[in-house]
Amino acid sequence: MNTRAFRRSAVAVAAFSATAIVLAGCAGGGGEEPAGDSDEPVTLTIATFNDFGYTDELLQQYMDEHPNVTVEHTRAAESGDARSNYFAKLGKGGLADIEAVEIDWFAEAMQYSDMLAEAPDSVKGRWLDWKEAAATDADGRLVGFGTDIGPQGICYRADLFEAAGLPSDREGVADLFNGDWENFLDVADQYKEATGKPMIDSANSVLQGIVNQIEYTYTESDGTVIATSNPEIENAYKLVTERAIPNSAYSGQWSDDWFASMANGEFATMLCPGWMLGVISGNAADVTGWDIADVFPNGGGNWGGSYLTVPADGANVDAALALADWLTAPEQQMQAFAAAGTFPSQVEALESDELASATNEYFNDAPTGEILSTRAEAVTVAPYKDASYFKYHDALQNAVNRVFDGVEDEQTSWDTWVAEVEAF
Amino acid sequence: MTTTEARPVAPPAGSEPEARRVRVLSFSQKLSRWDLKFSPFLYISPFFIMFAVVGLFPIAYTAVISFMDWDLVRNEGEFIGIGQYVWLLQNPHFWAALRNTFSIFLLSSVPQLILAIFIAAMLDKNIRAKTFWRTSVLLPYVMAPVAVALIFSNMFGDNHGLVNNILTDLGLPAVQWHKEVFASHVAIATMVNFRWVGYNALILLAAMQAVPREYYEAATVDGAGGFRQFWSITLPSLRPTLIFVIITSTIGGLQIFDEPSQFDNTGEGGSAQQWLTISLFLYNIGWREWNFGRAAALAWILFLIILVIGLINLAITRRLVRDEGGRGVSPLKRGLFKKGAGR
Repeated sequence: MNTRAFRRSAVAVAAFSATAIVLAGCAGGGGEEPAGDSDEPVTLTIATFNDFGYTDELLQQYMDEHPNVTVEHTRAAESGDARSNYFAKLGKGGLADIEAVEIDWFAEAMQYSDMLAEAPDSVKGRWLDWKEAAATDADGRLVGFGTDIGPQGICYRADLFEAAGLPSDREGVADLFNGDWENFLDVADQYKEATGKPMIDSANSVLQGIVNQIEYTYTESDGTVIATSNPEIENAYKLVTERAIPNSAYSGQWSDDWFASMANGEFATMLCPGWMLGVISGNAADVTGWDIADVFPNGGGNWGGSYLTVPADGANVDAALALADWLTAPEQQMQAFAAAGTFPSQVEALESDELASATNEYFNDAPTGEILSTRAEAVTVAPYKDASYFKYHDALQNAVNRVFDGVEDEQTSWDTWVAEVEAF
Repeated sequence: MTTTEARPVAPPAGSEPEARRVRVLSFSQKLSRWDLKFSPFLYISPFFIMFAVVGLFPIAYTAVISFMDWDLVRNEGEFIGIGQYVWLLQNPHFWAALRNTFSIFLLSSVPQLILAIFIAAMLDKNIRAKTFWRTSVLLPYVMAPVAVALIFSNMFGDNHGLVNNILTDLGLPAVQWHKEVFASHVAIATMVNFRWVGYNALILLAAMQAVPREYYEAATVDGAGGFRQFWSITLPSLRPTLIFVIITSTIGGLQIFDEPSQFDNTGEGGSAQQWLTISLFLYNIGWREWNFGRAAALAWILFLIILVIGLINLAITRRLVRDEGGRGVSPLKRGLFKKGAGR
């Protein structure tokens, strides 16, 4: 793509969108580009995955406010599917007007930031600093609209905790887990002693929790690979294989067995980013007893969160930018939070009373808005995830899987992972 | 269509000796000569043009990419020689994938063919509601492979799967479908078999129906029982069809992808590559790591493997059916007389 021509049109887009926001709802936005005429009927496609909380009602609201716009929403089951599709079509056409990108592969997308439309200046500064910084490329172009973030608390089964002789009220559990990962695993040992069952849902979620607290995990910012030499990673691996595996019901998440297990009390805790609340209540609808505590081992941790991007070669770039802007505005982020638990990444939404007073009926009426806000404040590290992050992380997860499955012992599995990394 | 169009121009060809004497051809004569010579090629050319565009070109292009460090999104690459091939052949994942591919292939093709022949033989009998049974064996084939894989993955769950539930209810130990190499291959082969047995059975059934009924009558008169008839008449006459079925299932088996990729939720072929197949490995290199150069190199290696296996197949089957393949009924009769009438 011709970058200069693109830049020029991006400036026009930015300028136009700024006007469009001021004139929101009014007809005749004008501008030099006829395609941007707000009266022209336009069909916008938006592609997301999992559950972004973009309900039909929410999108209908936009269509009511903009009668010339029709929004079509497609959802991939998993972010991995969306990822394949995204990179197969980026730069070639065929993507939706607005494409969701998950934080784990956002760095990959940022390699091609010149193929994405720039967000209007008017939206800059409305997100949390680190959320926005990650979506700004070396040229200072903001190419992603932050949707949610994933500050984590700990979800637990109050009934199972009580049966195990542990405190079961929210504050008691928060005190119990207040500390580092060692402490978390001590409690898991205690639970196992009392009940004979594992406390944690999966060993790899513990690994994920730890890894998301490390700034440079597998590569340094200059591209140096530190995956196997990083003592933090080695310690995390040791802690997980030695202590988390005996206390975990599963090796990894998202398997059929794991989904089925949320309802039947095979384990008692899960590390819970906001979006996980919907996963639990969706898969264990009949279970009472799930609750969420305002605590996380070793302080705070962010797991997941996404961006909306607008491919620059789309047919309706201007209109798509306007919709992405609207969808990630504070009011809409709050609606998405209410619908799917996706925790807002906008400063204004985070400060809103609505968020502060949000509760979740399924989780024993827990004040989830307040709890997750505290958890978000506790996040101090934004892990550096470059384009090869996936490759390394998948391989390390597999190392944990092998130990869990008894296919290889701890040391052999580590050696295999080292060999794999060297082979990359 | 083409033949009827070609016919009217044929007569001039008959008068060719005369044309040769005259030496000077009128334009229309020339035209009809050209027509005779080139029309057939023209008529069959669409296939070859299509093949060149959608078949040869991708194969050649893949070969080019396999020598490059390729960026899919920007569609550009840098020439780096045979590095990708070396990397692959040194990678233990590749050898694990090769082992799994052949293991799953054998576990699926062999029982599948035996079962398909058996089912076809049953359907060939004079049973009630023939069409119903024949249609229903094809049903699994109609199902989307991913749907089949989803259902079976659920059945082969380690903790809550149907199969293990039944096993433990019977007091047997649960099988670790997603941990043990052999168990995972059995589970995946089961999915493949479920889908393809009916398809192969129908092809074999068609071949069975082509066997003249007189042979069976003669055999019955001679006092041969059902099994003997199957062994001495049905099986020998199935040989050419069996070869076809074996070759297609070999190609399919070596490219197996859907079932192993849907066998767990990550699609990586297991934590220790228990059920990683070559196609799955290829996909993961390409679409997970975006390394299209390496993926292209692997595609070519897979292509060569299939080619070699195909040639071995051909050599073996040629020996097996040296005097029988595709020459109509006479060699068949010879086989029959040798085995049937000799008794």
